[in-house]
Amino acid sequence: MSTLCAGCGHDSVTGALVQAAFELDIPPHRMAKLSGIGCSSKTPAYFLRQSHGFNSVHGRMPSVATGANAANGSLSYVGVSGDGDTLSIGMGQFTHAVRRNLNMLYIIENNGVYGLTKGQFSASADLGSKAKKGDANQQPPIDPCQVVLALGGSFAARSFSGDKQQLVPLIKAGLAHRGFAVIDVISPCVTFNDHEGSTKSYKFTRDHYHPAIHADYVPPSQEILAEYDEGSAMPVELHDGSKIVLRKIDEYYDPTDRSAALTQIQQAQTDGEIITGLLYIDESKPEMQEINRMPSVPLATMSYEKLCPGNDKLQALQDRFR
Amino acid sequence: MKPTDTSNPDYFHKVVDCQWACPAHTDVPGYIRLIAQGRFTDAYMLNRKSNVFPSILGRVCDRPCEPACRRGRVEDKPVAICRLKRVAADNRGDVSELLPTAPKVKNGKRVACIGAGCASLAVANDLIPLGYEVVMYEALDKPGGLMRTNIPSFRLPVDVLDEEIRMIVDMGVDLRLSSPIESMTQLLSEGYDAVFVGSGAPKGKNLEIPGRYDDPDHVHIGINWLESVAFEHIDSIGEKVLIIGVGNTAMDCCRTSLRLGAKDVKVMARKPRDFFKASDWELEDAEEENVEIVINRSPKAFVMEDGKLAGMLFDVMEYDLDERGRITDTRTTGEEFFPATDVVLAIGQENAFPWVERDIGIEFDQWDVPVVDRKTHEGTRKGVFFGGDAAFGPENIIWAVEHAHQAAISIHKHCQGEDVADRLPDGQNLASAKMGIHEWSYSNDYDTSERKIVPHVDLATRFRELNIEVELGFSAEQAAEEVERCLNCDIQTVFATNLCIECDACVDICPVNCLTITADGSEEDLRTRLSAPAENIEQDLYVSPGLPQTGRVMVKDEDLCVHCGLCAERCPTAAWDMQEFSLLHPHVGHEAEPDTAQVVRKWGT
Repeated sequence: MSTLCAGCGHDSVTGALVQAAFELDIPPHRMAKLSGIGCSSKTPAYFLRQSHGFNSVHGRMPSVATGANAANGSLSYVGVSGDGDTLSIGMGQFTHAVRRNLNMLYIIENNGVYGLTKGQFSASADLGSKAKKGDANQQPPIDPCQVVLALGGSFAARSFSGDKQQLVPLIKAGLAHRGFAVIDVISPCVTFNDHEGSTKSYKFTRDHYHPAIHADYVPPSQEILAEYDEGSAMPVELHDGSKIVLRKIDEYYDPTDRSAALTQIQQAQTDGEIITGLLYIDESKPEMQEINRMPSVPLATMSYEKLCPGNDKLQALQDRFR
Repeated sequence: MKPTDTSNPDYFHKVVDCQWACPAHTDVPGYIRLIAQGRFTDAYMLNRKSNVFPSILGRVCDRPCEPACRRGRVEDKPVAICRLKRVAADNRGDVSELLPTAPKVKNGKRVACIGAGCASLAVANDLIPLGYEVVMYEALDKPGGLMRTNIPSFRLPVDVLDEEIRMIVDMGVDLRLSSPIESMTQLLSEGYDAVFVGSGAPKGKNLEIPGRYDDPDHVHIGINWLESVAFEHIDSIGEKVLIIGVGNTAMDCCRTSLRLGAKDVKVMARKPRDFFKASDWELEDAEEENVEIVINRSPKAFVMEDGKLAGMLFDVMEYDLDERGRITDTRTTGEEFFPATDVVLAIGQENAFPWVERDIGIEFDQWDVPVVDRKTHEGTRKGVFFGGDAAFGPENIIWAVEHAHQAAISIHKHCQGEDVADRLPDGQNLASAKMGIHEWSYSNDYDTSERKIVPHVDLATRFRELNIEVELGFSAEQAAEEVERCLNCDIQTVFATNLCIECDACVDICPVNCLTITADGSEEDLRTRLSAPAENIEQDLYVSPGLPQTGRVMVKDEDLCVHCGLCAERCPTAAWDMQEFSLLHPHVGHEAEPDTAQVVRKWGT
């Protein structure tokens, strides 16, 4: 059982991950869970027990994930991180993973505070948001979704731990997406950041919640059966044949137009709204293994002789460059 | 859907399936916890408050609680509630100081009870402590009624029966044995303030088919025959015995036959097994003793040879069943002869009132059953009350006890000149009882393969004498394991809507998916939209009003909940709280004490 505080949003995200993995029918041995340090990073201990896992150094999960993915790209990778692990100590690692378009689902359990060290503001705390003792935050927040868009990422979504109907299909879409899928999940800290004046409390999130684009995941073999209003439904085909049906809740929002999406997100921020849904997707971008023209057979399953052909071959290679 | 009204005591009462199913509403989880703590005397007394005869019922109760038990929905076999009751009775200490007593000063009211069976005894148990004088008339020379005459001593030892009867009689019952009431008119003229009829259903049904009276010495009416055995007027039977009927009396008849010298006993059933009236455990016990149960044989005629019973002829029946197991068509496909030296008829019994004159204001319906108010137990003549099998036809001991409790209230009200229909409602009390994962009083670490089997005396020994009790009862170790299977359904999950922040922690942690936060809808619609569909419509949905943040509702399917307390453990705001439910099911003592009555009224609102 989870040892996080009772009522922690992270447990709901765990629940959503379990449900998504169940619905996608992912065998445990085909999945790898990675995390860094923090309350969020403890959670892989509470789901998919028989899967592969690595709990890395603070903020260094993207590097470990990159190595694992390079060695065996055939697994489904899910990284669970927090706002501190991603946006403070791990910011450098995070941004380069976005650039690399590493093929994984990267979940940020974002609560605006450092819960493990008793509730100091994190880099995602909004301007003016109040700490438990009443101090207001003075520094502007980093919005991971804007970072992803600015750095040319291929998948940016935002959701809320208290809305599994939105979150579960997003997780499924993120797992099926080829490339670096970031979901920024507002996940309230029930102990240090659920009071009045906080902009990451359950109440505040629900009051300012603004779903813009709903994404339904449709598995490869299945027809799109649900009825959508014409014009508002937009199917996006993923590389494995599955589809995401994007349903516009905001008429003017276009999740395939990078600059328009960035504008909308910034506008919502100015308006004090928490805009959620699949905010941007680009299925055409090559992911890390393609960029590096890696073999389709995972390195992990290649014979040692093939991976390391011996000194003679090395000499021959070096001779070519002389 | 309308939010659940938990202020109505029936709501949480229904969640405690066993207590709800028990006619006397015995606090089952309460006494099982006392047994778990080794407090057998307290467990016995808690039982006695509701069901008056824990030792007797711990052996022969019809156990409506067990089919209802939540554990039975979790893994098939219910908690062995009845046998745990016996554990409390077998291991208790001296209770003489704890029993109710008659006050020195009587209240001057005299009540006549007809029959000294469980109903009359329970009435006396309730009324004597209030100062009533109870005169009990019994036709036989020993008290106990059907408990003595119809339940064989290998199931209910005589000393167990005597002890619990003595507890009541010694309070000061004016017990008049061998005093059958021949005329109700005569009794009514004796100036009693009230009369309670607890004379049972003493008439065994007959089977009027050809040859019935050709050899009457070898064709017996089940309950009369059992009575003769109990009073040692009969001590043998022929080698080949046919029992007609397949109710609990039939099971007692076949097993008694084996102990009186029968070698080959067959129970003849007209219908297939699913239609048997006998309880499963009584069937099992009979079959363990090598009684053969023959199905689909309908009695046609008694067959004589040289003026003596040679056997019976049966029609061989065939039935068509629909998908719900109901009979849609019946056919006779032939006939079959079964040899027999004796036949025992156990096809039912009825109440009989040849001694009640029909012109004294006591009305009877078309089946010659008295017209009795279901709630007050009063007949059509003021001051005459009915209970037990005499009231509504054959039921069982635990129903008779509850009738008696209700009739005692009416008798008291009648004697005090109050309206018998104006009675206290049921009440409830809820007390926070933090029961989280660390305080679990039940364990899931047991062998799920079997409910503990009560040891039996081996087959050879048990037939040596008629009165060797077959069941040995649980050992202390077995009882200690069995009590852990109780899910403590009386520790209720109570939801405070205004505290909920909709964090989903309870929904996520619930091991049985019984919780859902969702948009409101009709009950029919909600039942399909929960974390797990709520298909058992006999069990309620616990629905909150709209939640503070989103207006959605919290829904709990009472069918699935195992009362583990994890929701309350995980809830950051204590919106879910585990609270111990106590039912206050008023008895006459509550009605008589103004202070208590006030408390009950308060609990009832």
